[in-house]
Amino acid sequence: MNTKVNLAGVELKNPVMTASGTFGSGAEYSEFVDLNQLGAVVTKGVANVPWPGNPTPRIAETYGGMLNAIGLQNPGIDVFCERDIPFLKKYDTKIIVNVCGKSTEDYCEVVERLADEPIDMLEINISCPNVKEGGIAFGQDPKAVEAITREVKKYAKQPVIMKLSPNVTDITVMAKAAEAGGADVLSLINTLTGMKIDINRRTFAIANKTGGMSGPCVKPVAVRMVYQVAQAVKVPIIGMGGISNAEDALEFILAGATAVSIGTANFTNPYATAETVRGMEEYMKKNNIEDIGSLIGAVR
Amino acid sequence: MAKVKIKSTVAEQKKLAEGIYSMWLQAEEIAVQAKPGQFISVYSNDKSRVLPRPISICEIDREQGKLRIVYRVVGKGTEEFSKASSGDTFEILGPLGNGFPLEEAKGKRVLMVGGGIGVPPMLQTAKEAEAEAVIVSGYRNNDLFLKEELENAGSLYIATEDGSVGTKGNVLDAIRENGIQADVMFACGPTPMLRALKQYAEEKNMPCWISMEEKMACGIGACLACVCQSKNVDAHSHVHNKRICKDGPVFLSTEVEL
Repeated sequence: MNTKVNLAGVELKNPVMTASGTFGSGAEYSEFVDLNQLGAVVTKGVANVPWPGNPTPRIAETYGGMLNAIGLQNPGIDVFCERDIPFLKKYDTKIIVNVCGKSTEDYCEVVERLADEPIDMLEINISCPNVKEGGIAFGQDPKAVEAITREVKKYAKQPVIMKLSPNVTDITVMAKAAEAGGADVLSLINTLTGMKIDINRRTFAIANKTGGMSGPCVKPVAVRMVYQVAQAVKVPIIGMGGISNAEDALEFILAGATAVSIGTANFTNPYATAETVRGMEEYMKKNNIEDIGSLIGAVR
Repeated sequence: MAKVKIKSTVAEQKKLAEGIYSMWLQAEEIAVQAKPGQFISVYSNDKSRVLPRPISICEIDREQGKLRIVYRVVGKGTEEFSKASSGDTFEILGPLGNGFPLEEAKGKRVLMVGGGIGVPPMLQTAKEAEAEAVIVSGYRNNDLFLKEELENAGSLYIATEDGSVGTKGNVLDAIRENGIQADVMFACGPTPMLRALKQYAEEKNMPCWISMEEKMACGIGACLACVCQSKNVDAHSHVHNKRICKDGPVFLSTEVEL
């Protein structure tokens, strides 16, 4: 039975990864999950300098999901390289570093800094809905998507994943723009912009007013978008959005994703990633599937 | 020993006051390693609620492998917990965070201040501290919960907002009215109370540890939802933020800004 998948020349032992921002750099969850079992760990977004993030409250629960507006708090690339990369190198898993920035120069600075680090891939976050500058501002205009992809590619020594926002009229336009700019892989979806109002305090449930919605409630939207993008581009796709278990992960793979990321489900169940790996293997055994590759995009 | 997520059976559930419930949970793996001032995350059995509820530990029975939580019903999750009875089960994660530093209390006179739903963690803290425990509890009215247990664990002073029992006013009014002196302070309660106690302790040069709360998602330090402002650049975050779930919930008052 083969569970290996290939993302732009990087071979993952299985398609299960973590979703950026929900898993830190793996240290906290390593108390629950053997990181060696995961296809890859995708780190929380890292910028050229430390970012303080947004005021609290930063999260709110919603029906079947949650809103977050952490604001990409991160310790900056220097600390990340000194502390987090050596930690992850202790494990036999691929390291995908999520990169955030306020300007094209910021992104390129981080990407250049990572060029000689022992990491496997870069994920460029052009879709965070919770920061005023950068983030989603790059992800909602196809010209900007193509331009930033092209710039980042100039500095990148590892394959580049562009992470797309669902908060657009037609995600395939953004996907094609990223592909035209030279993206090696696409990941989708980032969170859907939402709002919750606390009727007792008569104010917004989170300090940022709006937040990114994630969790099981967004899954059908994400599966639809992965399917649409899979029909529109040739590069591989990492699917995410509300995946809690193997059944959810398999939906994304059948829709056209080569790999999948687990995010909010880590909060509901810290063992979710490892359980998904096991569940997918069980599904393959039960259905006599020799190669997971045969399932990718099998539903058309 | 490490944090674990386990299925836990409710051993006993009791209503203590209006909206305040006490639940004993069978949780051997967590109880044996839990310390006063730590908390657990309780997961809803309704899968539409994806985040666990962080609730402080009120009592630990290590021999019988049980934990007691005393909590206020504030939403649908805690409402669900309040309707459970013996034999029902919940997934729980713990023990989480760092407790009160009992070594700082040893042999000393310790002021243990709880306000509202911040009262419960003071019970195990007072029971375990090898110290002279002076407990001050603040309530809204004469619906006093945990009063007898706290009286057995130390000398208890009470403040009520409506003045029906003890000092009329807040916990600081009770401390002043009774002229309470102490070497160190442990406190848990709403932010305005913690802010006032922090200022009071710092004016008196009294070392003071406060237990804070914030909306949490992961409970283990990964998601960065529950941060508080730290006085200095924090060693983990490299900004002025500390994680309440992992670096706290108990902080030395001078470490944090309120």
